[in-house]
Amino acid sequence: MTLILQNLIDAIALGSLYALTALGVGLLFGVMRLINFAHANFITIGAYSLIVPSTNAIATLAIGSWHWAAMTTAVVAIVMVLAVATELIVFRPLRRADPATLLVGSFALAYALQYVILLVYDGRPKAVDIGSSLTEPFLIGALRIPRLEVLTIAVTVALIVALALFLKRTRYGIQIRAAAEDFRMARLLGVSADRVIAIAFALSGLLAAAVSLLFLSRTGMVAPRMGLPLVLIAFVATVIGGMGSLVGAAVGGFTVGFVSVVLQVILPLELRQFRDGFVYLLVIAVLLWRPAGLIQVRAIKERV
Amino acid sequence: MASRRAVVIVAWAWPALSLIALLAAIVAAAALWGGSITDRVVTDALVKIVIVVGLYIFIGNSGVMSFGSIAFMAIGAYAAAWQTCCPRLKPINMSGLPDFLRLNTVDLLPAALSSVTFATVLAAIIGFPIMRLSGLAASIATFAVLAVVNVIYGNWDRVTLGTNSVVGIPRYVDMWIALGCAALAIVAAYLYQRSPSGRRLRAASQDEVAAKAAGIDVPRERLIAWTLSAAFVGLGGVLYAHNIGVITINNFYLDMTFITLAMLVIGGLRSLSGAVLGVVVLATAQELLRQVELGFTVGGIAIKSPPGVQEVVIGVAMVAILVLRPAGLTGGREFRWPLGPRDGEKGRVRSRLH
Repeated sequence: MTLILQNLIDAIALGSLYALTALGVGLLFGVMRLINFAHANFITIGAYSLIVPSTNAIATLAIGSWHWAAMTTAVVAIVMVLAVATELIVFRPLRRADPATLLVGSFALAYALQYVILLVYDGRPKAVDIGSSLTEPFLIGALRIPRLEVLTIAVTVALIVALALFLKRTRYGIQIRAAAEDFRMARLLGVSADRVIAIAFALSGLLAAAVSLLFLSRTGMVAPRMGLPLVLIAFVATVIGGMGSLVGAAVGGFTVGFVSVVLQVILPLELRQFRDGFVYLLVIAVLLWRPAGLIQVRAIKERV
Repeated sequence: MASRRAVVIVAWAWPALSLIALLAAIVAAAALWGGSITDRVVTDALVKIVIVVGLYIFIGNSGVMSFGSIAFMAIGAYAAAWQTCCPRLKPINMSGLPDFLRLNTVDLLPAALSSVTFATVLAAIIGFPIMRLSGLAASIATFAVLAVVNVIYGNWDRVTLGTNSVVGIPRYVDMWIALGCAALAIVAAYLYQRSPSGRRLRAASQDEVAAKAAGIDVPRERLIAWTLSAAFVGLGGVLYAHNIGVITINNFYLDMTFITLAMLVIGGLRSLSGAVLGVVVLATAQELLRQVELGFTVGGIAIKSPPGVQEVVIGVAMVAILVLRPAGLTGGREFRWPLGPRDGEKGRVRSRLH
């Protein structure tokens, strides 16, 4: 029983990271049909912003040594500015392009940004310790719950609730949802395309910053490609959940996290290293069963 | 009359013929005046042409992005390595291979053919479910294919040596073999895009709904293109292995996917000429940037860029191309027969990717 609970908490914590990443990706997909590879760089750069830019093998903390509140604010601000900047420089000129071109554009941006990180910080992974106080577990009976997992889950719940309230209750949130439903119609009704898209990018940056801090606390390492596995999983999660649906993205993220942990537990030892392979195979299986994902969105289907 | 008929045929085949002639001219020039470095650069580029033309067969005709095709390059390259590499070492370090591979070394040509066949058959099986998905979902699913192959080949230590290099693959690919394979890819791609199946797929990429209404079985046509495409990407993998002599699974992951896609997009992904020109242009640019990275002197001043600049420049160039000239350098057009009668195609349908 304890073991099951323990694994369940692991699954929810991992699912939380995936869900936050998937929401960041899904938000932009909903508004402008952009599948954003550069989201991986948002996460990576958020983590790298904690240390002094240099190619030395040993990282020196800069922002990372600040009080946690100041650190979080700074990282969130940096990643949000980065996200909005990529929108202005790369995605605004591409706005009228079709989704496939956007996709390739974000792929190119991600490639360039990744090598910029490599140039500035060197390619080797570096140890960055910001979460060591969080590894201490809470003990409840025989159950050991790492504080970091509790924090991850709490932050995720808070962010999802805040995002839901923002989208449902505020003017800009409603505009974003309208734009996701039918961008042209929303514009005809006076929604400013520039503003809606900029806000969506800012939100996506905020989510990426949260993920980068939580993920870095978990791994204790920065590396130029650290965001990539998360974002690949997030893509898969948005597809499983149903592209274009934010609820779907969150559900997809948690599902993938859950499946990963279950596979980790049930797979025999010699197959465990292939876990991610099984996860991706499962995705293809889900798509066979429900080609449009678990939660289907009407707006995404091509109308005639 | 016979000569007029010949002209019509040449005019019909001109887009493919002119590309092959261009490549042959480059190879001839390299053979006459080049040194060993030019040889290497030209051979690498020709292998890339096989791969990028392979990508083009699916992406260019279907309008669906594939981020997973490089998986078939890995599959082809490893299959070739299993059959031909290191007879002494193989029984020990690849102990998981079935005996007929572990204890035998296959001749080069049958090894190449069976490797390509292996990649093609796998592609047909994997493609069957994926080609039924809508465009963007299919793109993501092809990604999943790349990730699955990377995880499997990267961890299956007893068969693939995991992420370690497989060394000692016989190196027999020179400029001429690479040129022959590139020509073969170009001919196949051109015949396919002018075939009824290719035309149906192109129609579906312009307007999927209308194509369906006209009775086109879109998943079927996509699967045909996907499988043919994987055959050439797989061939590219085989050539790559026998050109470099060393492979590791991480050669066949996102960086390779990016570079080959960049070549296709920069050239213009809706035309065969675009696929070929993209490789020529980008391979030249890469080589120049590589020289800058190695360092050179202008008027006594040493100029040297740190490693990584090459990739940043190419990434930025690709974004710029997408913004300024989204249809690529060729704008989606083929080279047309410059004189006399043309083939029946009237005007150019503005191509758009869905």
